[in-house]
Amino acid sequence: MAFRAAVVTFPGSNCDRDMAVAIEQISGTAPIRVWHGDPTLPDNLDFIALPGGFSYGDYLRSGAMAANSPIMQSIIEAAGKGVPVLGVCNGFQVLTESGLLPGALMRNASQNFICRTVSLRIENNATVFTKAYGKDEEIRVPVAHHDGNYFADEATLDRLEGDGRVAVRYLEKLNGSRRDIAGIVNQAGNVLGMMPHPERAISAELGGEDGSRLFEGVIAGMIAA
Amino acid sequence: MKIRVLVQLKPGVLDPQGRAVHHSLEGLGFEGVNEVRIGRTIDLDVADDTSDAALDDMCKKLLANMVIEDYVVEKLDQVEPA
Repeated sequence: MAFRAAVVTFPGSNCDRDMAVAIEQISGTAPIRVWHGDPTLPDNLDFIALPGGFSYGDYLRSGAMAANSPIMQSIIEAAGKGVPVLGVCNGFQVLTESGLLPGALMRNASQNFICRTVSLRIENNATVFTKAYGKDEEIRVPVAHHDGNYFADEATLDRLEGDGRVAVRYLEKLNGSRRDIAGIVNQAGNVLGMMPHPERAISAELGGEDGSRLFEGVIAGMIAA
Repeated sequence: MKIRVLVQLKPGVLDPQGRAVHHSLEGLGFEGVNEVRIGRTIDLDVADDTSDAALDDMCKKLLANMVIEDYVVEKLDQVEPA
């Protein structure tokens, strides 16, 4: 059965096309494009992706306006039913602002916009998103963000670490993130937010393909299910 | 009713913007500045019968991010004219 994915576009999203290309290239089926103002998501989705960009111009806080857009209620419901939801960069910010993931993404400690390829370690390869990677595998994926400095209080960080919810970690002091966290999953493991862009690392010609297996993992899991 | 909401990073949360401004003030020769913290002011004009609870709810649900920020609600109309 064809892989049924949705890519949500907010006003100001700018990685939505890259995300759609990645999903189509790896799954063989073009995702359904969803607009932030759509009242509901299509039925029976296998995967929902919230792309990077600057939704609503980052007004108030990055992701804050998008987290309250009409489509979000439907995304929160789908996440609650176990549909895998991936938020990349601004998508991660939307997931924390909407409460689907704990913590917040603050301005980079250096105050600089950071745009380069960085090394990450797969901390937990038992999630639906990371199962095609090895445990502790190191991968190279681009980042491009101004607000990627992950913050949560110590108790929350300890809980995330203890429950294996830190999915990917930077191998350097990149942006001020607490405990160098690059990406986390929710309690159920079906919502992943990460600042690095796996959709920009899907072909050697474009600098690397370490991001491909994230999509391959999700797609293999859903088609088998 | 005129409302002013002041949103500030919680104590202990690093404020890189404030730190950069602090350094700039020192660069300009101003001495004795111990710390700079930058926040946000949001002015609202709301119906006079808007409850304090509703204002709190606005702050908690949208105007402030309670993970990293605190807020103070001020009623500007109640300030005595100078």
